[in-house]
Amino acid sequence: MAVNTDYLLHLADNALILGQRNAEWCGHGPILEEDMAMANNSLDLIGQARLLYQHVANLRKDGRTSEDLLAYFRDAYEFRNYTLLELPHSTALLPTASGDRDYSVTIVRNFLYSALMVLVWDALKQSSDSHLAAIAAKSFKEVQYHLAHSRSWLIRLGDGTGLSHQKMQAAVDYLMPFTQEFWVDSPMEIVAAETGLGLQVSSLKAAWEEIVDDALTEATLKYSSSQGFVTTGKLGVHSEHLGFVLAEMQSLARAHPTAVW
Amino acid sequence: MTTPALKEWPLWEVFVRSKQGLEHKHCGSLHAADAQQALQMARDVYTRRQEGVSIWVVPSANITASLPEDKDALFEPSADKIYRHPTFYEIPDEVGHM
Repeated sequence: MAVNTDYLLHLADNALILGQRNAEWCGHGPILEEDMAMANNSLDLIGQARLLYQHVANLRKDGRTSEDLLAYFRDAYEFRNYTLLELPHSTALLPTASGDRDYSVTIVRNFLYSALMVLVWDALKQSSDSHLAAIAAKSFKEVQYHLAHSRSWLIRLGDGTGLSHQKMQAAVDYLMPFTQEFWVDSPMEIVAAETGLGLQVSSLKAAWEEIVDDALTEATLKYSSSQGFVTTGKLGVHSEHLGFVLAEMQSLARAHPTAVW
Repeated sequence: MTTPALKEWPLWEVFVRSKQGLEHKHCGSLHAADAQQALQMARDVYTRRQEGVSIWVVPSANITASLPEDKDALFEPSADKIYRHPTFYEIPDEVGHM
């Protein structure tokens, strides 16, 4: 039976793309401590992606797939990450420069994603794939901290000054519709659930809403509508932003394919 | 009179215990809005290389320190009192290990 590597790539690409995005703060964080916190977060996520890519490479056994090939030599339509994770750190419709980076988007996105992954990794500890179960056990510990970190800033800034509240509410309003993609089970997720490799994320919706609702209430923020267009990043159909993320991330490896440190 | 909002976050001293059974050691300081945030930041800044199993944070303002100009009066007098070190004494062989 063919192994459902699409599902593993979905988990890996989520981690890699958000890790790459959060790493944009490296050297530009609002304060030194947050700069380091975000770099730590990125290194956790990229570490998760590496373990998953290595697992896929081992499963394919074609003598050519490697973690580097998967990260640096696939194009946007082959990436299976949620569209939410590839968006720039900005609520502007057309963010153009790094100066547009807005920490409220960073915090709200990390919170919404971590609130999901704390449930997903916890459930995947029971995966029929013992290798994935081990990666889940490790990632679960990391995401617990990511959730605590983003949640604490969500509350501080949401229940902060007039301006910080306004910016956090704008970020929640902007990002919430992208979370609809979590709950529409794709064919690869349905197959993964049937074989016991993975799970149908839609079954976690109530638990996720409880985590999110609880934190938003404490942050004095409104749970905004999550209706409208449903993005399809996990099917390989992305926003215009992923191409730019990949261009920056992959250009060095593609220019010097055999380079080593 | 109302208290003006703090423009700068207060300073905290960070102590990390590297292993169970060892003492917490001072490893640096950082700025944070409150104790919880100071702990979180200390985790991110000072324990990235598995330095610790426990963290303490203490408001720097709560530390009372000796003054550098009192150094001579406080510490100089002990310089010539070598008999306060155990190595000053010769222990008779019959005592064995102490």
